[in-house]
Amino acid sequence: MNAIAPVLQTAPRIALVGNPNCGKTALFNALTGSRQKVANYAGVTVERKEGSFTTPEGRRIQVLDLPGTYSLRARSPDEEVTRDVVLGRFKGEAEPDLLVCVADATNLRLVLRLVLELKQVGRPLLLALNMFDIARHRGIEIDIGRLSAELGVPVVPTVAVRKAGTADLLKHIDTAAVDLATGAAGANTWHEPSAEEVRATHREADRIIKLAVRPPTKPDTWTTWLDTVLLNPVAGLLILLTVLFFMFQAVFTWAQPAMDGIKAGFDALAAWINGAMPDGILRSLITDGVIAGVGSIVVFLPQIVILFTFIILLEDFGYMPRAAFLMDKIMGGAGLHGRAFIPLLSSFACAIPGIMATRVIDNRRDRLATIMVAPLMTCSARIPVYTLIISAFVPDRTVGGVFSLQGLVMFGLYAAGILSALLVAFVMRRLVWRGTVEPFLMELPAYKVPDVKNLVMGVWTRAKAFLQRAGTTILSIMILIWFLSSFPGAPAGATDPAIDYSIAGMVGHWLQPLVAPIGFNWQITVALIPGMAAREVAVAALGTVYAVGGGEENVTALMDTLGHSWSLATALSLLAWYVFAPQCASTLGVVRRETNSLKWPLIMFGYMLTLAYLASFATYHIAASLGWA
Amino acid sequence: MHLSSRPAVSDAPAPDQDALPADARPLSRAAKGEVGRVIRVGLDGALHDSLDPDELERRLLEIGFVEGARVEILHEGLFGRDPIAVKVDDMRVALRRREAEAILITAWQQPAASGATPRVIAEDRRS
Repeated sequence: MNAIAPVLQTAPRIALVGNPNCGKTALFNALTGSRQKVANYAGVTVERKEGSFTTPEGRRIQVLDLPGTYSLRARSPDEEVTRDVVLGRFKGEAEPDLLVCVADATNLRLVLRLVLELKQVGRPLLLALNMFDIARHRGIEIDIGRLSAELGVPVVPTVAVRKAGTADLLKHIDTAAVDLATGAAGANTWHEPSAEEVRATHREADRIIKLAVRPPTKPDTWTTWLDTVLLNPVAGLLILLTVLFFMFQAVFTWAQPAMDGIKAGFDALAAWINGAMPDGILRSLITDGVIAGVGSIVVFLPQIVILFTFIILLEDFGYMPRAAFLMDKIMGGAGLHGRAFIPLLSSFACAIPGIMATRVIDNRRDRLATIMVAPLMTCSARIPVYTLIISAFVPDRTVGGVFSLQGLVMFGLYAAGILSALLVAFVMRRLVWRGTVEPFLMELPAYKVPDVKNLVMGVWTRAKAFLQRAGTTILSIMILIWFLSSFPGAPAGATDPAIDYSIAGMVGHWLQPLVAPIGFNWQITVALIPGMAAREVAVAALGTVYAVGGGEENVTALMDTLGHSWSLATALSLLAWYVFAPQCASTLGVVRRETNSLKWPLIMFGYMLTLAYLASFATYHIAASLGWA
Repeated sequence: MHLSSRPAVSDAPAPDQDALPADARPLSRAAKGEVGRVIRVGLDGALHDSLDPDELERRLLEIGFVEGARVEILHEGLFGRDPIAVKVDDMRVALRRREAEAILITAWQQPAASGATPRVIAEDRRS
């Protein structure tokens, strides 16, 4: 890239704009491949996706994938970003040199209205007709020359999922780049359109469509047929529940072989180091701190990959808006918006992307209510804790011949999370905050066969983020815990386990009276303190606490240890605690950023801690009265 | 996307009540399977607990509920037959009956004022 002429030292920047579901992200992936960066826009938490590519003529182009919108008249933080970047008034964001409006060629009506609005901005503009192959397949004939002439904008067909599908677009970008060097942007005449102006641009878009587009000869029978089943009031809901249930069973059972493999790998590594190194503080740090700690987190990678595979598949297939449709009344009963379903479903993986996904909700109160309950959905970081306790305390047998009892308990914990989220939302939205109800207004896009490349890239991005977290935050926490539980060491001639004398032991003993009423011992308390940083750390911390206290490093041994040293009532109480407890500093951090206030994370922490304590208290005492103490 | 003649629309605000056809009624009262033509979008007053009427009107317009559009109720939710999935010209939109109150429709069969919509296409659409 050193050969670039001084004039082009800053690569030309293009911005992709389009309606939601137009295949914009697929086109972005096709253009940039793996050369993309995901971050946030300065000052707001809207996801910023930027990448670069090189055109056939060797130009390096920066490309920005803007959030989808129907209009520049922004109504949500996401759409505000799109508007401000397009208008070149977003602070810290360079003005785009070229706007590429991405359109679903099978559904042009609304996007042409957006094109007409974008034209008023006065920036160089290009219309990419994406999914052109599907449009042709359905018998839609588009007179590109006519469309381009009527709109006064170059029009290029693209097929994002095919290798050569962006060749035309690249050629046009090369041509446009030459013009950019010489031409200047026109005057910006855009202003927020009134209802009558929206009607007028609709009429203009319709006029152009009538001239340039022949309607489909083959209706989209697939979507029609699938919707008959999937949106059926009864069958649709049953299918939705089945999909969710299947997802959880898959996460719990399919991941097992891979998890066993990872576990064995880490155990072998620890054993090798134990054999190769002399006994001492460094060996203890490496095996008990680093390997045991990181190993017990990385082991959950298969589950995270499976979960995200499901979520991304459902998203790409076009099922998510249908799920929102089916759930709207139920969510609405709890005072939540139907759109809250998608952020809440994402929260099953992790509350952080879930909370960030609440940006699709326009109304502030609806959004806040969704943010506040998102951490109650069972995130994947709870899985390690649930798995450990369930495996140690719930017998491994089948119920009714098909379902594993352990799977059913897991399902029950998920259900408890969902029900409590709905209940909390109900209290917030129906009792505390009564007021305007946001309309539920959502396009139901045509179903599409998910693209393997997009799926792999999506899963890979998430897995990478998870591993980075395991490699940085969690690793440093693990070392801290190891330190806290190793120093000061036991005095000579001590009879109790060494950890009893350490800082962690002291803190645990000191907090013990507070948690005794809910049946927690001091080891649990010690594990819960680092568990504040990330839920799953508690498992590793328990491992460290018990391993350092005389047990072994591997998870199976930990299960045995727990099975012997905890009562069933204590185990159940800890499960109940984990359904509610605000055991995740990152979530609180994201809430602070998203709400731009300290008040909301504090309220969240307070209410969740209260619920956790009450639930554990009730669980422990009910279990104890049943004789399980 | 080709249903392009919008004869009922004028640049003036929505027509007054007297000018409406006899069978005009809000989309919110339509049942599954019903087909209609949008004749007015927007309300004079606000819905209880809802958005500002002008904002609601623009959102409905932006997602395709425009005067002259063909609408067909495709699906209904389980509880209270709400929300509804509506085919608006060529696309599908989900909304609650509550907001559908702001969309006034008339029977589709009624001839369009200018007759500009090709009959063949109109029949094709119903399949």
